[in-house]
Amino acid sequence: MYKFQNKLIPYLFLIPAGVILIVFFFIPFFQTIILSFQDYSKDIYSPAFIGLSNYAEILKSPIFLKSIANTFYFLILCVPFLVIFPLFLAILINQKIKGKTVYKLLIYLPVVVSIVVVAIAFKWLYAPNGLLNYILELLKIKNIGWLVNPKVAMISVSLVTIFKGIGYYMMIYLASLMSVPKDLYEAAEVDGAGEFLKHMTVTIPHIMPTIALVSTISSISALKVFVEIYVMTHGGPLNSTKTIVYYIYERAFENLDLGVASAACVILLLIVLVFSLLNIFVFERGKYDI
Amino acid sequence: MKFLKGFFIHFILIFVCILCLLPFLWLTSTAMKGAGENIFAYPPVLFPEDPTFNNFKEVLRLVPILKYALNSFIVAFFTVILNLILSSLAAYPLARMEFRGKKIAFFGVLATIMVPFQAIMLPIYIITLKLHLTDGHGAVMGYLGLILPFAVNAFGIFLLRQAFLSIPRELEESAIVDGCNAFQIFYKVLLPLITPSLAVLAIFTFIGSWGEFLWPSIILTNDSLMTLPVGINNLSGAFSANYRLVAAGSIVSIIPIIIFFLSMQRYFISGKTEGAVKG
Repeated sequence: MYKFQNKLIPYLFLIPAGVILIVFFFIPFFQTIILSFQDYSKDIYSPAFIGLSNYAEILKSPIFLKSIANTFYFLILCVPFLVIFPLFLAILINQKIKGKTVYKLLIYLPVVVSIVVVAIAFKWLYAPNGLLNYILELLKIKNIGWLVNPKVAMISVSLVTIFKGIGYYMMIYLASLMSVPKDLYEAAEVDGAGEFLKHMTVTIPHIMPTIALVSTISSISALKVFVEIYVMTHGGPLNSTKTIVYYIYERAFENLDLGVASAACVILLLIVLVFSLLNIFVFERGKYDI
Repeated sequence: MKFLKGFFIHFILIFVCILCLLPFLWLTSTAMKGAGENIFAYPPVLFPEDPTFNNFKEVLRLVPILKYALNSFIVAFFTVILNLILSSLAAYPLARMEFRGKKIAFFGVLATIMVPFQAIMLPIYIITLKLHLTDGHGAVMGYLGLILPFAVNAFGIFLLRQAFLSIPRELEESAIVDGCNAFQIFYKVLLPLITPSLAVLAIFTFIGSWGEFLWPSIILTNDSLMTLPVGINNLSGAFSANYRLVAAGSIVSIIPIIIFFLSMQRYFISGKTEGAVKG
């Protein structure tokens, strides 16, 4: 580390980013907390300070509690699949095979396409007499009310998220697989390990940090899910796909109840924080060392 | 045995690739079916009987998709430029200088990673309105409102900080001896050395900005600055009775990003993207 004569230099470099982060991050962050203690339902221009009432209200609200439960249900539906399946694909692509590039490109394609278009496409596939129900019929399986049956709707939404995410996590795994030393595989082969055992004993332990990373980042994105739901179900049917962010959106922009919405924001923040802290201080430590 | 293994791998991968393409193929098929063809036919028909481009012409005539695309491009382009400039400027002192308050700056940036945009978007919305950064105050203000909240992000700063850290210190020391000031070192010596990381940051910022839906859908009040994701979502609401047009509009809207993706493919699939992992 060296010091320049002019002590102001480091700050000059930091100021532009600092201004943006202060205006669009730190001020809003503290304002969210302040808003969550205020009552906007009576007078939007001079909100009264009401302490923890907004929290009491949402934590008693069956719809908010259902949104939290739905969000975790969604997380449980997507995350295991997004952790395991992309790893499986990455191991397959990492073999000595032809056409790797084409496979990678096609599997990555859904990642770059806007989630709005993906959701519109799936809404079409999920139509009562759409392509998916036809395929089920061919397989002699009863039709499914993909987006109209409250018991199924969240599963249908999670399939869209999984579809959109597989390529992304597969690339993270592929980068990590490049770091597994080749001689470890050779040693395992000498010991007579088959394909499956080889990956269980060499690959998986070696890339465990990446598996942990994918688990936390896919969990964080699952907790923030919104667009799929906004485009496909609007939280329905019967609130079965209403998640925390959807609840916030509704309370803030449809009911204009900023206080209650902000209390929900703070709860979302606390839930996400648990996963972020794990990520930053356990799994990706090296990257964030000062 | 080896042949069997190869066959098995290709079989699975081809199957997955077909699944990845299927929704888009089905949209394309629907978009190319003429008015005389029943798109709700049961069993569904994958190949249009009489393929036509009329739906594409029609949707481009009815909805300003090209304007949406231009708006998306303007927003994504300037978001990328600002991210490159602001992140690299901030990353340099965090990687290479000793100064008072460095820890505060470092953990301040780190804190922004832990808080999701969705949790603080309500005050961001209020602030953006107060600063008049909306389409009601003219195109420039409207674009700024779409761009500025995403003008820098912590992932970018940390990505570039890592890149600066990997540069040998001797380079800067000799530049100091040659009489370079801090800005010259930054601009002439270090920045050219981290172009691969800048490229990764640019590409992922572009994709993220191009696909962003929540923020523009909240802040935009009229059609003139609408970006593609918002425009296409409105299209699907307005023409829900004519799915051919929705499908055609959706396909048109993804063509630019697919071209971008294919031309930058080596960055996406080379494994260089490790540092660009977002939560």
